[in-house]
Amino acid sequence: MSNPLRYSVILQANIEIMRIERVPVVQENALSDDIDLALIDPILEHYAGLNGAVIPVLQKIQAVYGYLPKSAIHKAADVLMISASSIFGVATFYSQFSLKPKGKNIIKICAGTACHVKYSKTLIDLVHEKLKTGESNNTTDDGLFTVEIVSCLGACGLAPVMVVNEHVNGMVTSKMCSEIIDEIIRKEKQS
Amino acid sequence: MKSLEKKSNRNFLNMDYITKKDIEDIRDNYLKKASLIHKHIVICAGTGCISNGSLLVYKAISESLIQAGLNNVIKLSLDVHDDNKSVYVSRSGCQGFCAQGPLLTIYPDNVMYVGVKPQDAAEIIQKTVVNDEVIDRLLYVNPANKQKGKSISDIPFYSMQNRLVLGECGIVDPESIEEYISHGGYVAAEKALNVLSDKEICDMIMQSGLRGRGGGGFLTGKKWDITRLTEGDKKYVICNGDEGDPGAFMDRSLMEGNPHRIIEGMIIAAKAVNANEAYIYVRAEYPLAVARMQKAVEDALKLGVLGTNVFGSGHEINIHVMEGAGAFVCGEETALIGSIEGKRGMPNRKPPYPAQKGLFGKSTVINNVETLATIPLIISNGAEWHNSIGTEKSKGTKIFALTGHVANTGLIEVPFGTTLNKIIYSIGGGVEHNTQSAGHKKFKAVQVGGPSGGCIPEYLFDTIVDYDSVTATGAIMGSGGLVVMDENTCMVDMARFFLDFTQKESCGKCTFCRVGTKRMLEILTRITQGEGRDGDIELLEELCEQIRTSSLCGLGQTAPNPVLTTLKYFRHEYEAHIYNKKCPAHNCKKLLTYTIETEKCTGCTVCAKNCPTTAISGERKLPHLIDQSLCIKCGACFSKCKFEAITLS
Repeated sequence: MSNPLRYSVILQANIEIMRIERVPVVQENALSDDIDLALIDPILEHYAGLNGAVIPVLQKIQAVYGYLPKSAIHKAADVLMISASSIFGVATFYSQFSLKPKGKNIIKICAGTACHVKYSKTLIDLVHEKLKTGESNNTTDDGLFTVEIVSCLGACGLAPVMVVNEHVNGMVTSKMCSEIIDEIIRKEKQS
Repeated sequence: MKSLEKKSNRNFLNMDYITKKDIEDIRDNYLKKASLIHKHIVICAGTGCISNGSLLVYKAISESLIQAGLNNVIKLSLDVHDDNKSVYVSRSGCQGFCAQGPLLTIYPDNVMYVGVKPQDAAEIIQKTVVNDEVIDRLLYVNPANKQKGKSISDIPFYSMQNRLVLGECGIVDPESIEEYISHGGYVAAEKALNVLSDKEICDMIMQSGLRGRGGGGFLTGKKWDITRLTEGDKKYVICNGDEGDPGAFMDRSLMEGNPHRIIEGMIIAAKAVNANEAYIYVRAEYPLAVARMQKAVEDALKLGVLGTNVFGSGHEINIHVMEGAGAFVCGEETALIGSIEGKRGMPNRKPPYPAQKGLFGKSTVINNVETLATIPLIISNGAEWHNSIGTEKSKGTKIFALTGHVANTGLIEVPFGTTLNKIIYSIGGGVEHNTQSAGHKKFKAVQVGGPSGGCIPEYLFDTIVDYDSVTATGAIMGSGGLVVMDENTCMVDMARFFLDFTQKESCGKCTFCRVGTKRMLEILTRITQGEGRDGDIELLEELCEQIRTSSLCGLGQTAPNPVLTTLKYFRHEYEAHIYNKKCPAHNCKKLLTYTIETEKCTGCTVCAKNCPTTAISGERKLPHLIDQSLCIKCGACFSKCKFEAITLS
């Protein structure tokens, strides 16, 4: 404890192990919320005072904005009379919640067991290479794509599976995967 | 006023609740209408078939019917028909045979077509529906003997199964409560509420020998009885649909294919433990299951099989559908309860068990989807009936998700006591026929029970599946995922894959699980990258033991299983990686070397053109050479070479 520097290093190492890194909070993003908070009034009104409201409320807030804006969480904390820290605790625990805005098109690649033995890793590498994304920066710079690697989508009979904006593509080959992404890029350029 | 409106909607004779007679009337009315139908076409609308375009097939069939001058019946409960032209087209839940989708079945002939495309619709209507002819090219071809199966009973994938719990799944329209009732639905719930006492139900389930299908295998009847006997003003029933095991999708298929069966099971459970509020916790990754469960609950409430006075018994039962938010550990019961309460899903110490102190501090019974879906069958057919199926200690049937390198991937149901051989070869159709690889591959192992389970090697495929025999191999039954692996699967990489999963999904509460799995993952990653060291195996074994004994919940206690079983049966693969720096399955990229055989190389330059790092050089029509320092082992040259001149070692 005598050396404050050493202590902070240990703390940092521990934080890493406790996988707080799972949903990194980007300060600039969280602070520069430019959103209409009135949109979530009906949600908060409906759930105020109910038991176990935090998860459904966060799900509905995310459905409104596409992610969980920091200001919305603070507002929810005020209305539901739950501390903001415990709401952030829930928001960072579950993989469905995102504190960062997501891209326009969401690509989910399944990395479940059945997909893994059918070489879904190849697809993951391919998509990351094509879109210049990675595990930590999963949204493209132009905001067109977010790439999510999910543990199992439950469509194992069709492995490997890639879901693009809720559309399930089964038995995906590298070629199909490339074509699907090219098609979206082509359409986005047209519009 | 509200209740009056409801009453008029329901149109019951003179009661303000639904009676046994109402249920029978709905059934008889429905069956009467069904008998007037000329043909019934069922199109699979499970997630698998939808992704293969089954909804387009549905649309095309409906259009073709009208073009052919036939009567397209959309909903049997509404329309009346007495001509010979009415064809009822319905969408079902998952029929199980996902690899062959979209599936289309025509009743009463039982003709099953596989891989149906929208452009086939007109022909199906013209030939099969109008002229009763079978279209040969749409039939299933058995890869083993090239025989075609005309009806469902001719297809070994189905004929070797014993579909009880899956029974109506894939036949009934999951969005129609009338159709469920017409197949005998809600009769068991009525019996449980009005004929049987809570103790009789618990005794019956206990005698049936039903064990929890979620993985633990605890006797369901006993669990209910403990909850029943616990004093308390309020109790809860929870249906655990947080099916997180990668490689398992039986709960998803049940929730999507026959949601009312699960609701019926929950009603019976609520009566047995005297609860009046219930939750269904569905995984967030299953949007279709959430939607269908929600619709089913609404329909059940509208009809009166849920609500304040269920079947006139005075018992109040309400069900909430709760969507999860993505955390594997929430499959653990105490974590799941925490999640419903709106907290981080972290497991708690047991005891107190949920039966004593569960949701919101009240006595709670928590069962898996498949367990609850079995309950109505036991109430209807009796404990003896269920007790007569299966092995001495494992009664009934079990649903498995059969996936991986097997020809017929899909959802299957077999009695306990069936051998792995029968499941993999007879039902699964043996090893997958892969056009990319020359000749037949061999099976290596089957992974049972997901991240908590283990790998059973090919020479133990005569093992029967029941809770105890599977546990004896070192794996666990788990929720029932069977991932079959061929000889090109590296077992060290499989162990690494599962540790990667558990390490990410560990909630972080127990140090040994949180830190230990990370250390194990690091060691396994090192081994697969050719940096394994002498002593790594022993270190892994030591960590396995520590994590197993020092973790609070099932996730940590069973996290070492994939490593322990692969070490038990495939130790030589670990040794080959560590000491010889070789991957026997040719899977670990860093341990591969691609070389060009000069005798076979024709100098066509295809490999050089496809190499992303220009590691291949050589003159046209002269043998080429790979510069190993530039090679990233992507395998592009290997797959492109037409002359098999590139070898792997």
